[in-house]
Formats: sequence, C-alpha cells, structure tokens
Amino acid sequence: MNAPEKHPPELRPITDDPRYIGAAVSRPGARRLVEGRGTYVDDIKLPRMAHVVYWRSPVAHCRIVAIQRDYARLMPGVLGIFNGADVATICKPWVATLGHLAGMKSAPQYPLAMERACWQGEPVVAVVAETRAQAEDALQYLQVEWEALPATTEMETALAAATPVIHPELGDNLCFTRSLDTGGVDAAFAAADVVAEATFHFGRHTGVTLEPRCQIADWNPGEQRLTVYHSQQAPHMMQDLYARQFGLAESAVRVICKDVGGSFGIKVHAYPDDFATVAVSMLLKRPVKFVADRLESFTSDIHAREHRIHGRIAASRAGDILAFEIDDLTGIGPYSMFPRTSAIEGNQVVNLTGGPYRHQQYRAHLKVVFLNKPPTCQYRGVGHPIACAVTEGLVDLAAAKLGMDALAFRQRNVIPDDAYPTAGASGIKLEVLSHEECLRRMEALIDYPALLAEQAALRDKGVYRGIGFAALIELTNPGAAFYGVGGARIAAQDGATIRLEPTGAITVLCSVGEQGQGAEGIFAQIAADAVGVAMDRVRVVTGDTDVTPYGGGTWASRGAGIGGEAVLQAGLALQANILKVAAVILNREAGELAVRRDEIIEQATGAALLPLAELGRVAYFRPDTLPPGVTPELMVTRHYAQRDYPFIFTNGVQASYVEVDIETGFVKLLKHWAVEDCGRVINPMLVDEQMRGAIVQGIGGALFEECLYDASGQLLNGSMADYLVPMSGEMPDIVVAHVQTPTASSRLGAKGAGEAGTAGAPAAVMNAINNALQPFNTAVFSQPFTPEKILRALGKVV
Amino acid sequence: MDDKRIIHLSVNGESRHCAVAPRQHLVDFLREDLGLTGSHLGCEHGVCGACTVRLDGQVVRGCLVLAVQADGRAVETVEGLTESGTVRDLQDAFVARNALQCGYCTSGMLMAAAELLDTQPNASREQVRAWISGNYCRCTGYQAIVDAICDVQASRRAAGVSA
Repeated sequence: MNAPEKHPPELRPITDDPRYIGAAVSRPGARRLVEGRGTYVDDIKLPRMAHVVYWRSPVAHCRIVAIQRDYARLMPGVLGIFNGADVATICKPWVATLGHLAGMKSAPQYPLAMERACWQGEPVVAVVAETRAQAEDALQYLQVEWEALPATTEMETALAAATPVIHPELGDNLCFTRSLDTGGVDAAFAAADVVAEATFHFGRHTGVTLEPRCQIADWNPGEQRLTVYHSQQAPHMMQDLYARQFGLAESAVRVICKDVGGSFGIKVHAYPDDFATVAVSMLLKRPVKFVADRLESFTSDIHAREHRIHGRIAASRAGDILAFEIDDLTGIGPYSMFPRTSAIEGNQVVNLTGGPYRHQQYRAHLKVVFLNKPPTCQYRGVGHPIACAVTEGLVDLAAAKLGMDALAFRQRNVIPDDAYPTAGASGIKLEVLSHEECLRRMEALIDYPALLAEQAALRDKGVYRGIGFAALIELTNPGAAFYGVGGARIAAQDGATIRLEPTGAITVLCSVGEQGQGAEGIFAQIAADAVGVAMDRVRVVTGDTDVTPYGGGTWASRGAGIGGEAVLQAGLALQANILKVAAVILNREAGELAVRRDEIIEQATGAALLPLAELGRVAYFRPDTLPPGVTPELMVTRHYAQRDYPFIFTNGVQASYVEVDIETGFVKLLKHWAVEDCGRVINPMLVDEQMRGAIVQGIGGALFEECLYDASGQLLNGSMADYLVPMSGEMPDIVVAHVQTPTASSRLGAKGAGEAGTAGAPAAVMNAINNALQPFNTAVFSQPFTPEKILRALGKVV
Repeated sequence: MDDKRIIHLSVNGESRHCAVAPRQHLVDFLREDLGLTGSHLGCEHGVCGACTVRLDGQVVRGCLVLAVQADGRAVETVEGLTESGTVRDLQDAFVARNALQCGYCTSGMLMAAAELLDTQPNASREQVRAWISGNYCRCTGYQAIVDAICDVQASRRAAGVSA
C-alpha cells in the first residue's frame, strides 16, 4: 500500500483578509490576448518609421575585405546602409566579463562586426529602407567581399595547440576556468564500495520564442531622447546599457516593453543588433524597427547548454552517497555575451551538481571555451538541467550497482527536511528545503508499486517501459551575488508603487514585467489582498522605465519572490496610509479601523464606516475639509532586495514514465509528474502552468532540440521544419503537486517557480529511458536522445 | 515587383477593395494594410501556425497564402471571430484554463481549435492533441490548451443535448 498523501499544513495568511493570495484566479491580462488585442513590438507603427535588416556573416569566421554599397543604395526606398565603423562612431564596444568570475576574459565586441565576423549570423551591415520588403530587396544588391578564416568549432579541441585562437590578443580560446575541491574526494572514492561513472553530452540548443527578438528604436533629436520599444525582460538593464554605450544620460533613454511573445532568457541579453538598431535610428534621426526572421533567430539568438561532462559518483554498500566528481567542458561563442556573460551557465553546473544530497566530498573542474558559433548565455534553467541530469544519471547508476530501488536510494540520501539551514557540498547556502516530503508525495502520486508491476508485466510481453526520477534544487530570488558583485549594472532589487485612485480602485506600478508567466496577475492578487480591495479594482502597469520604479525585471525565477514582495510591502504601506486618512475623516483612532473589501470598517464590530471611494473623493477633491497639516499620502512606493542569502533555493522531484520502441528507437512519453516546493504558492493554476510549460521545454532539450553544426561551423537545421520542438501530439499529460515551505527571507514567502520544470525534466526522461533499456544492459547519456542514438545503444545500428 | 493588383474580398464580413503587391502574403496584408494585428508571424514558412486565419471557412497559414489568392474570397481573423461571438466559449475556456501565457500563438490556436470543434465535435483527447500539433506553443506545454478545447467540447455537447 502507498502511504496516504500527506498534505502540507495550511500556511498562515500574510494579510488581514486573504482572498486572492493562494487562489487559482484567472489572469486579468489574458482576455485581451485571446481577443487578438495584444500589443507586440511588430504591431506598433510610428510616424516615419523605417525598417532595418542585417547582412550577417554567411560563415563561421571570415575577414571582411570590402563592402560595396552603391548598388544597394540605388534600390527603391533605401534610406541608409551602415557598416561597423559607421556605428562605432556613436556606440562604444563592450567586453562581457564579471569581476567575481576570477580570470574570466573576453574580447571587445562591436554592434556590427569590424574587420572580422566570428560566427555565422553575426551582424555586419545594416540596410535601412522605408519598408521591410524594400530593405530585404536592397540586401540582395549589397556586395560584401569576405575571405574565409579557419573556424574553431569543436570544444574538445578548442584548447589544442594546433587550433586557431579566435582572438589572438587573448592568448588562447579559454574564456573561464574554475575548480572546486572540498578535499577528501580521492579518499572517498578509494573507500567506496561502489563507483559509477558516465560521460554526458548536452546538445547546443536555443529558446525558439514564438515572437522573434524585435525592437523599435526612436531617437528624437529635438528632445535628444531615445525611446526603445523592446521585446525584453529587463527594461532598466537595457536603459542603463543604451545610456552607457551611446554616452547618454539615463534620463535620456526610455525603454518600453509591452506584450512580449515568449522570452525564457532569450530576451534578457543585450544583442549586438539591439545597439545597431539604436545606432541607425540615431544616425537617420527617425524610428527604426528590427524584427528578426526565423533563420536570424536560430543564428543570432543566444544558444545554450553545449556541455560534455565526465561524472563519477562514490557510494557505500549501505547505500550512502559519499562523493561526486565532475569535469565539465562547455563551448560558448566567440565573445562572452553582454552583460550577463557566457560563464554563468558552467559556473552554475559546478555549484548545483549533487545539490539535493548530503554527501560531503565534491570536486569539479570547469572549462569554458570560445568557439566560432553563436554566443551562448542564460536560457531557462541556466545550468540546472545539466547539473540535474549529471547528478541524477549518476545517482541511478549507483543505485543500480547497489541493487537498490532508485526512489529508495534518493530517499536515503537527500538532505533531511530537518537539517536546515545548511550548506551543500559545493558551498551553496540552503535556507529550507523539503526533499523528503516531496519524495513521499511523489511515491504516493504515481502509485509506484502499481507502476512497477505494470512495467514488469509488460516487459514479459516485449513492451519496454521505464520509470525515471529526478530530484532537484532550483536557484531563485538572487541577491546581488549573481551580477551586482561582479560589476554588472543589473538591479538586484525591485520596486512597486501603489496609488489609490479617487474611486477607490488601485493602480500598481512594478519594475518586474510580464512575458506571459502571469506576473501582472499575481501582483494584482497580492495588491488586492494587501490593500483590501477587490481584484477587479486593481490595474497593474509594468514595462516602462519612465513609469515604474527601478528594478531588475524578470529572470532567475525572481518575479514573484522579489517583485511580489515589493508589491506586498507597498500594499500594506498604502493600507496604513489609508487608515490614517480614514481616522481623520471619521475622527477615530487608526488602530480601531481596518480596510476590508473596498470599505473602511470598525475592527471590533466589522461595521462598514466609509467606502474607499468616499475616502478618495475627500482626499483628492475636498482636502479643504481635512484638518490643517493633514496631507493624505495615497501613493506609496516600496522596494525589496533579498539580502539574507546569496540565493534562495526551491526544490522538487519529477518522475517520467516512457515506453521505448526497441525496434525504432522512438520514445513515447506516457506521463510526467512533478512535486514542487516553490514556497508560498500565490496562484496554484499559474504555478502548475509554469511547471508544465517548463517541463515541456526541458523535454524538448532531452528528446528533440539541437542546433546542428558541421565542422566548418555551418548551421544545418536553421528552420522550424528542421529544428524540432515539442508539439502537442508527442507531449504527455503532466500531473503537478505542491509542497509549500515558504522562505523566511520575505513576508510573502514565495521562492519562485519559473525554471524548476526545465531543470528536472531532462534528467527524469533520461532516467526513464535508461530504466526501459535496463534489460538490454545499455544506457544513453547524450542529449537529445534521438531514435538513432537509442538504436546505437541497442546495437541495432552502427 | 511592387506593381499592385486590386483585390476584392470580404474581411471579417466587411467588403474590401484593396491594392496589394502580388508577392505580399495574406497575413502581411491583414496586419500591415488592414491593421488586423491579432494574427502573428512566427516562422514565415508554414510551420508554427501563429498566422493561421480562415479563408472561405477553412483554416490556412497566412504566411503561405498570397493576398492576391484571397481575391473574391472571405477571410476571417481572430478579430472577426471575437466580434461575431462565435468562439466566445472557447476564448472563455482559454482564459479559465490559462491556456495561454505570452499569447503569441493564441489566435492561431483558437482558429485550429474552432475548426476541430466544428468538424469533429466528438474528437478524443488524443485526437485533440494530434489536431493542434500543427500549432507551436513554447509557453504552456499544451495541456491547458487541450483541457480548454475538451471543456468546450463537453459544454457544447451538453448544450446540444439540452437544446
């Protein structure tokens, strides 16, 4: 029998009249989008708006010999053609390193390539015309003479003496290296009863946001002011970067992010063509729109996850994990990506491997090498899916060698729920996690004994099914530890302003924006509860540097935990100010009053005394009726930065049930489960949907997605017909369950939920496939797990 | 290459006479010339489904049909379906199930789903999944979309029985 499912205790409410926090309410913004009334960047037209297209390097590495613009310039509608030197007259180059990543190096990068282009897809020439079609027509008549240079495309040989160094001034192709050693690792492996090892490969893949990267840059010479409409996750970061690279005051730059058609980390970076589009707007003194086409997306959006990791695990006969060791090699682009850098992903792998477990010995080596391929950077999960797959793959290998059940082995080895606060072997500080509780919930959720029985029965009939588990930790709510301490000007704090309108409605302005995850929805829930109004009386405004408080935006699963806490604090402060005004109007003590459901009430009796609309009317239109010296402050701003820990961590466990067709190598996903603990759940429906979407993205990397390059650095599958993404027919139903262990670092207690799904899904699917392949004494460790790779493992193709 | 042709067509029930370049795609015509920005461009090669619209009642890829091919025909976009109220239940179900996140695929998804509901009202859950496999969604993982469509199937069946 399964243990009965143990539900988490009810969390203590954080507001006086909790109605919306914790409830599965619909997002206010969704209606607009189902009616086709969104405003994405490409929907916006400005007067005199021109369109830019880019001539991009057709090869991985070349010298630009000559750019002949005359014929293209004669084409209808052409307004200007600009090369690297033209743009460099007004935009400074950058070097994307972080001070706390010791020894990291990269070369100066320009918006448009200067003498050399270093990856296939690097922008070289900007062609601007009245219409997009005219710009593309003119592009055909642009003559760029180039000379191919040797390309460095294999990470395994990137550091070999015979391999060309991409930037000779750097000395070699090594961007960053790091070693971590707790000591005692060799002794632990020597003392181990069981040692298992494997080499894991992760295919380079990308985010494939359905809306491509796009922006409109509008330089107004009369105002000397730049406005950029941008499909972006971090408007204040871009404001700062545009200001610095173009030598403008911050106040001369406004970044507006309206609807964003998917981002997932792809749209949190500063791309060379972002700066080039701004530059051509400034040079032409008119608005210029850039919208990447799909081929440009594949060759110029950031890539991620190209890693090769040798991993080892040591365990005792009794079933205790003693040590992990990894050697990670990762290939990035020819430049570290601005401004978050291309070294963070590998650094995360080092920090996170072995994360759920209580072993004390750990050693890791990381090498991050430059390649003539598109730059890589943070994509949903950032290192987590890699660290989790390595960890959980090794855990399964050790369990199998010991003859222990995979779930029982995890239950034995996870850091116990009563051990917190503690630190992981890599040194990461862990405030409070719930691995044991999540594993218990999972065991009940999947009805494990029944699943095992079904698997055994079907194996006898030649049907090979596998069950795979993945325990995980996910880093969320970073303080300044991620970027700020390294010198990157990316805000670690966020702010919220809430204003009481004269009618008693409230308007929330928050520095964390919306890309579909539901940030604006949960801010409305939090604000409604904190102030004491109905949710339909709340309007949320985000995504405009002229309007909202200053903040970091959306990344590292921080929107709910950091932006949400700022909204909560602002709402509570506004409520306190409302009560002060009410006390004056009613001639009562503020402490006797409360705000409930759009009214001021008497706390003791609950009697309604004054509608908020009446308070608003008096405060705004009849302040003459208030006593001298009383000034209602009905607009309040609060900021929040998480300063208790470098990062907050969430945890969870996923399970995958698959069937492998041993004749074709095809994997059928039968079902997927996730038990997650993101702290306080603000909206269970939105958390479930974050989990499901993220899991499917993780499955994409595990089974389908890879940017395939030939030896010369040519992309082989740069279309959506060739680069496979998960479609609905292949995806399983996903069951999501919650454990809630709030962080004490904030009143809200939310930890974040955006990336855990992607972190755990590849590992769970890999372990399920390998569990199915167990009767054949083989396994696969190279993602994506294509039918071909599975047939190779089975010895059916060579 | 931009010598324009006059086309006569119905867009969301409204009769239009427009001059279009022969090479202009239907979705570009709808978005740029008519300002109907509810249909989106995701891949421009017929794979992602974000530009799906109705042409004479059947769903087509707006990026694989030229505007001149719509001459003499009837086009419906998400704006038209919204105005007519014919998919109001489906839109409600998408909101209730949170069957959209960024919203970029949603108009195409609604078009595909509406055609399935009309042509195969008793489609199984697997058939629903297969039907919308021509429309790419990066955000949701699809389950909520499938749930929303199945909800509408059930409610329309119930309404049909009671009617």
